[in-house]
Amino acid sequence: MGAATETFYEVIRRQGITRRSFIKFCSLTATSLGLGPIGTSQIAQALETKPRVPVIWMHGLECTCCSESFIRSAHPLVKDAILSMISLDYDDTIMAAAGHQAEAILQETRQKYKGQYILAVEGNPPLNEDGMFCIDGGRPFVEKLKEMADDSMAVIAWGACASWGCVQAAKPNPTQATPIDKVIKNKPIIKVPGCPPIAEVMTGVVTFVTTFGRLPELDRQGRPKMFYSQRIHDKCYRRPHFDAGQFVEEWDDDAARKGFCLYKMGCKGPTTYNACSTVRWNGGVSFPIQSGHGCIGCSEDGFWDQGPFYERLTNINQFGVEANADKIGATAAGVVGAAIAAHAAVTTVRNLSRRKEVPNGNGGSNGKSNGTTNGTSA
Amino acid sequence: MTTEIARVQGALDSAGERARSLQTVYVYEAPVRLWHWVNALLIVALCVTGYFIGSPLPSVQGEASASFQMGYIRFVHFAAGQTLIVFFLLRVYWAFVGNKYSRQIFWLPLANKTWWWGMLYEFKWYAFLVKDPKKYIGHNPLAHVAMFSFMVFLVLMMVSGMALYSEGQGIDSWQYRLFGFMFSLFTSQTLHTLHHLGMWAIVVFVVVHIYAAVREDILSRQSMISSIVSGERLFRDDLPD
Repeated sequence: MGAATETFYEVIRRQGITRRSFIKFCSLTATSLGLGPIGTSQIAQALETKPRVPVIWMHGLECTCCSESFIRSAHPLVKDAILSMISLDYDDTIMAAAGHQAEAILQETRQKYKGQYILAVEGNPPLNEDGMFCIDGGRPFVEKLKEMADDSMAVIAWGACASWGCVQAAKPNPTQATPIDKVIKNKPIIKVPGCPPIAEVMTGVVTFVTTFGRLPELDRQGRPKMFYSQRIHDKCYRRPHFDAGQFVEEWDDDAARKGFCLYKMGCKGPTTYNACSTVRWNGGVSFPIQSGHGCIGCSEDGFWDQGPFYERLTNINQFGVEANADKIGATAAGVVGAAIAAHAAVTTVRNLSRRKEVPNGNGGSNGKSNGTTNGTSA
Repeated sequence: MTTEIARVQGALDSAGERARSLQTVYVYEAPVRLWHWVNALLIVALCVTGYFIGSPLPSVQGEASASFQMGYIRFVHFAAGQTLIVFFLLRVYWAFVGNKYSRQIFWLPLANKTWWWGMLYEFKWYAFLVKDPKKYIGHNPLAHVAMFSFMVFLVLMMVSGMALYSEGQGIDSWQYRLFGFMFSLFTSQTLHTLHHLGMWAIVVFVVVHIYAAVREDILSRQSMISSIVSGERLFRDDLPD
């Protein structure tokens, strides 16, 4: 068990980090969270006085890309500082303990910090066959998840898996992999989607929660507004090319070399809410579009079923064939057009034959129209 | 024998034969006709620009600052869409203050047996099973259903369109507050796809709508095309059925 009474600041200093670096970290964090000028001192104050928040990090069906991303966070700086800020009491992929000792930590944390710890969930539980597709510590992951969630303060859903389901929940979803908000109903859940989420977004969320002791403002889908309120497209540096109508048409064309908009190559930036085009990746070095590849929309719900990745229009598989909206629409319009042509032809033929039957017809198209009366009858 | 005066009353043809009395009913008031034509223009503009938003024109060369092609296409789409909404709201207002025919396309008389019978009859008419169509002052029951469905559909397109527009305006915009609920139902990409499919459904509707109007103008016992301009429905005979 980590030294729960120690403050963040004490841990940070103990690990040889200077006060100067500590204040730098606070400033960077305050800036990345979009806080006002006073934010830096508030963060510093909090880190100096508050005991570290225990975090339990669980892994369901996942690929560990969230963990891989998290440990590469640069701002907040951080490998050791951020891992010291929180008291990461349990994370089965990177913890030293194993077996019964590891499992014992879960129970200990539940009892000792009831209602105080944060449950961070990477991956999701499969519900089919009573959860047998993900066995963790000898029992279905879903049971463990519910149990740990019951006594937590709040739950963080790391990545597309925990937030939406991701690849294991893509059609036909044989294991019935289910996002955690469908399983945990009694706790506030912050969704931090992405496959993986941006490292700085992950540490930013953790910093916010530990600093202010509450959840950040969430949007309609339960994502932190500060990182997920705009689309990639809204802040994309290639946006001027989009507005100008300048598009890459082929991967090796001149427009690709010039860095034109990747819209026609299936870039999902216009429908994807994430901070990639502002925060970027690997310490702000680049992000997919900057590297010449369109966004695949990894932080969006069901992005595996919104393919293809390299076409603007999504395939619709409802009719047993792969077709996009244009193909379906044009086919429907063609069929209706042909049907109308046929209907018009039948109408004409019938009308002509009826005229022959009524030689004195006055050009009216049916028996009743404009019938003239004999003048003498009036 | 009738008098000479009586013989020249009414519309006569070149042989001096008199047509049976023609009835004209004023159905479509000026705001309704104006709305129809505004809709026609806007829907064409929306379909064309919408198609090019989904599948843009060939890439423009040169400086990005020298062109705003996609920007203008999107602007026309957004402007036309919002104009469509404004005119739709005015049309709904007119349904309250206009004549009784102005309300027809906003409700269905589902409890009316005659109406259902008329619908069946219209189906038979289009399936060539009956010789003559019936006369209707407003829309016939089949057209009534078609127009009502189109109104529902138009509302769905307007709501989804405003939701998609709100994405650009930001999640703090009034557009997102009003229409953001669509993103609780669908993801952004799915909503784009549905809105795009909706465009094709409107194209199909337009094709059927124009065919039916022209066909009925030629074959039916009442005017269609000229009514769009004059608002008056002319009946070509006064037979009771």
